[in-house]
Amino acid sequence: MIMKFLEAVGRRADGVVNATGSMAIMLGQAVMFAFVPPVKLRNIFKQMSFVGVESVYVVILTGTFTGMVLALQSFNALKRFGAESLVSPTVALSMARELGPVLTGLMVTGRAGSAMATELGTMRLTEQIDALVTMAVNPVRYLVTPRVIAGVTMFPLLTIIADFSGVVGGYVVGVKFLGINSAVYTGRIMDFVTVHDIFYGLKKSLVFGVITATVACFHGFYAKGGAEGVGRAATGSVVMGSILILMSDYLLSSLMTY
Amino acid sequence: MIKIIDLKKSFQGRDVLDGVNLTIEKGKITVIIGRSGEGKSVLIKHIIGLMKPDSGRILIDGDDMTALRERELNEVRKRFGMLFQGAALFDSMTVAENIGFPLVEHTNLDDEEVLKIVGEKLRRVGLEGVESLMPAQLSGGMKKRVGLARAIVMDPEIVLFDEPTSELDPVMSDSIADLVLETQQALHTTYAVITHDITLAYKIADRIAMLHGGRIIEEGSVEEMKSNENPIVRQFLEGRAQGPLKAY
Repeated sequence: MIMKFLEAVGRRADGVVNATGSMAIMLGQAVMFAFVPPVKLRNIFKQMSFVGVESVYVVILTGTFTGMVLALQSFNALKRFGAESLVSPTVALSMARELGPVLTGLMVTGRAGSAMATELGTMRLTEQIDALVTMAVNPVRYLVTPRVIAGVTMFPLLTIIADFSGVVGGYVVGVKFLGINSAVYTGRIMDFVTVHDIFYGLKKSLVFGVITATVACFHGFYAKGGAEGVGRAATGSVVMGSILILMSDYLLSSLMTY
Repeated sequence: MIKIIDLKKSFQGRDVLDGVNLTIEKGKITVIIGRSGEGKSVLIKHIIGLMKPDSGRILIDGDDMTALRERELNEVRKRFGMLFQGAALFDSMTVAENIGFPLVEHTNLDDEEVLKIVGEKLRRVGLEGVESLMPAQLSGGMKKRVGLARAIVMDPEIVLFDEPTSELDPVMSDSIADLVLETQQALHTTYAVITHDITLAYKIADRIAMLHGGRIIEEGSVEEMKSNENPIVRQFLEGRAQGPLKAY
């Protein structure tokens, strides 16, 4: 009984170590190929469009509503201390340092990460990845590198959009619905929010971009077991991607704070 | 010439290839037959370096595929073309982009020249005017033809076929068989075909080899195989359920 339990734990641990190692190797190769010609710009732009441009609407919506609810909640709390004028820096700092990068990461992992895993998983199961190999084309260079580059470049840009949307959403609620003075709302942001705060969030989003692209490509690349396997790859990429984003968010916050 | 020497591969303790020895002669069509699950696809994936054997060697004109590094392996792979069982066309690309893909990746030809070669290859496989279609818009037979056009677009020295007539009706199968013959005769390429379609094997093969129990148990010309007395070969070629091969 105990032996069986230990065996199961060992197998599980072995699987986790294996997956982590394989993912690290895949990421290392993808990064190396990004600097070794020939670099196919067309593939990179296509992925940037998919990860970035096509995620803009969902990021704007997420950012706007998050900013709106932040403004509402912080207004109710700050009113008790007569500090309603601090609503806008609360919204802006929360968005820039934490919610902008994290929510963008989670939303884009759900949208683009699952799609990447599905696409690569389907390519694996229909032998399209094998076909690349037989045509002397390295599948990591062709499929993973453009996606990692797209993640690294687009996540920070999407985060800026989310930050701005959040501030605008907060403005609508704070100024239009709750009666905060417009000049106070914008002025307080200028007083309290620095460029450092914005870069603090952008650094995180860059890491989240790498995590999302690598996890999604890994799950798709090694998918097996027919249609069910592709489904598992998509689900696995979203679950693992989201967990890693939240874990690394804490880790990065700790590292950048001290 | 492809020389396979004592090739072994096992999966989870099961010996799928258990000492395969086979010579695929230059400029000929060699058909490897065998039951489903006997390791035909595994064998062909070893030939092009998609899988690494547990032991044994595969010599392509003297180069040992099992000992090459990835970069050297890719140089050898450029001499190959391969038609996959399901054609393995890239479903995000048009027919023309699929066929022209190896040219775009490995040559400096401009778009116009690539399109010209794509058109030539499409005509060779009996298709015209389908350049802008997506793979999802093609029938099974058309996919195989486009797959063959892609396999021969770089004028390879060796073309591998993984079940070229699977999932096709008999008429379409016969037209694919004709196409395999026509392209081989026109290009004088070495063809290695794995299949369990005996009609196809008889029609196109210069040599037939039968894979069973992880080994090549018999090989010879079509006539030699037809008169082979091995009861396993006889049962398989005659498609009988009764005999040493069990249906399971």
